[in-house]
Amino acid sequence: MSKKEIKHTVHNKPLEKTPTGITGLDEITAGGLPQGRPTLLCGSAGCGKTLMAIDFIVKGATLYNEPGVIMVFEESAQELSTNVASLGFDLDKLQADRKIKIDQVRIERSEIEETGEYDLEGLFIRLGYAIDSIKAKRVVLDTIENLFSGLTNEGVLRSELRRLFHWLKDKGVTSIITAERGAGTLTRHGLEEYVSDCVILLDHRVIDQVSTRRLRIVKYRGSTHGTNEYPFLIDEDGISVLPITSLSLDKHAPTERILSGIPALDKMLGGQGFYKGSSILVSGTAGTGKTSIAAYFANAACSKGNRCLYFAFEESPKQIIRNMKSINLDLDKHVKKGLLQFHASRPTLHGLEMHLVAIYKLIRTFKPEVVILDPVTNLVTAGVMSDVKAMLIRLIDFLQTEQITVLFTALTLSAVVSEQTDEGISSLVDTWLLVRDIEANGERNRGLYVIKSRGMKHSNQVREFIITDEGLDLVDVYLGPDGILIGSARMAQQINEQTGVALRDYAVSAKDREVTRRRKVLEAKIAGLQTEFESVEEELNKIYLQDELKKQIADKARQEVLNLRSGDANRVMKVRRNKK
Amino acid sequence: MTAEKKWELRLYVAGRTEKSVMALSNLKKYCEEHLKGQYRIEVIDLMEKPQLAEGDQILAVPTLVRKVPQPMRKIIGDLSDKEKVLVGLNIIPA
Repeated sequence: MSKKEIKHTVHNKPLEKTPTGITGLDEITAGGLPQGRPTLLCGSAGCGKTLMAIDFIVKGATLYNEPGVIMVFEESAQELSTNVASLGFDLDKLQADRKIKIDQVRIERSEIEETGEYDLEGLFIRLGYAIDSIKAKRVVLDTIENLFSGLTNEGVLRSELRRLFHWLKDKGVTSIITAERGAGTLTRHGLEEYVSDCVILLDHRVIDQVSTRRLRIVKYRGSTHGTNEYPFLIDEDGISVLPITSLSLDKHAPTERILSGIPALDKMLGGQGFYKGSSILVSGTAGTGKTSIAAYFANAACSKGNRCLYFAFEESPKQIIRNMKSINLDLDKHVKKGLLQFHASRPTLHGLEMHLVAIYKLIRTFKPEVVILDPVTNLVTAGVMSDVKAMLIRLIDFLQTEQITVLFTALTLSAVVSEQTDEGISSLVDTWLLVRDIEANGERNRGLYVIKSRGMKHSNQVREFIITDEGLDLVDVYLGPDGILIGSARMAQQINEQTGVALRDYAVSAKDREVTRRRKVLEAKIAGLQTEFESVEEELNKIYLQDELKKQIADKARQEVLNLRSGDANRVMKVRRNKK
Repeated sequence: MTAEKKWELRLYVAGRTEKSVMALSNLKKYCEEHLKGQYRIEVIDLMEKPQLAEGDQILAVPTLVRKVPQPMRKIIGDLSDKEKVLVGLNIIPA
């Protein structure tokens, strides 16, 4: 019942929020800090409370045109300006422009004697005066708890603080009150009792010798908020809080393709290479040519006039350029043209978040089409596996929104790779190439597989991946009678086959000649027989003609005899006709 | 300002509250008793001149500030404890 009521009021009157301008914090708080209310920012020493509070004021003054008052109870105003100058904040100038006002409250215990009743109206008046003089919308009290060490009458202090926070609300200023973290409590003096609208806890932890600052919203009355611990970091541009993942998965998916630089590999990927804006993982054991593939990809992008940003975590840029020259790849010319930029840093140089932000920043300034991280596995030395994964998810998210194609290389330690996914990111990437050593006949050869490639028809075949002085190439592995042959075995088989062909060719031509010869012999024989047949035929014809002639002559003679005997010519004619 | 006025005291108040009236009357009483003729009291109402609060680092009211003689001393409260005020102002030794 009561819950329903609360919900109801929230829906009726949505809480107004004041954007902090701090990267990421506004996302987590769904818009910023509660407007016109105090927010408690607590944490142990050195976790960045003061910086965050001042960032809030400075961003307010510069980005949102909301002047702010900083009341410091610790450092002097001059010290403060100097300290935050390293973050790129020029407090002196902002003060001169009447955008902010710094009021330093100094309480020297030794100078002060307390006798009888008093209140802190002086503080109210000072703060009120400061707010009114620049029409401030934001106020920071850093760290008001110091009053507890300066004044002894805690009863008065507590009632006055309670009054102060009410007064701040009445003034309608959005305020941040910083407080030191106490043992077992959020603040040493229990300020959370008075400031209860929004409580943010900062934390500074060292895990595996790498320190990370984290932020958590403990409480945010009347608003939804991210409940996780979010890493944040402080660098020359102020504070950036990094939400673990972006909240939505609604990225634009282009159909444009980008070539890998190795024609045979493009052929394996449906003939056109990778998708633009996709993520590619090249994994493999040591020395399988991952960097070479990456360099070829970089070269292909730069040759088309695209910009490429290469993050090297293992080798220095000069080393990479030199090494790639050995496989006929000149990266130096792209560097000189300004299309290729290397950024080399040791993973242990700083924590993962710092790396991520460094990467973000470089990408934002260089605006590349292609980003290469070589190798991501080395980042594990800067954090634990789950952190690396979280970081890479965020990075891939970011790159996809920016439509940047990214290629990661990953070193796998175990030979059984198919089951073990690299940093668990293989499920995140769009294309996964695996370069693997194939050991046979006493030699190691490289085999390249396309394990997955989303959204394209890709080859399911293993290709032998060869690195020569001329460059990279993929050749079909030889499928011999004894299985798959690679390396010198493949060469041997090819030579064998070539000899076979030559021998067969020779054999075929010998047989052909034999046939011709046989035919000739046969033809000769046929000719002889023909002649023989002709002579026999002639002989036979001769006999027949002789017979005929003899018969004619005999007939003629008999006719003549008959004519002579009787003179009856007609009769003779008849006889001859009958004969015919 | 004459040389014999060797005590310069400033009392910061915020409006005519019970505490400030009390503090002022207490202060006048002690000064008349111990520093007759050699003191000057300046009362500053922060309600009227809020810009002056920062200069002397005023937080609490009423605050009594001993500007002269140096070093500066501050006493906060309604000055009801005579002993403490006199010691605090170094009028009588502790």
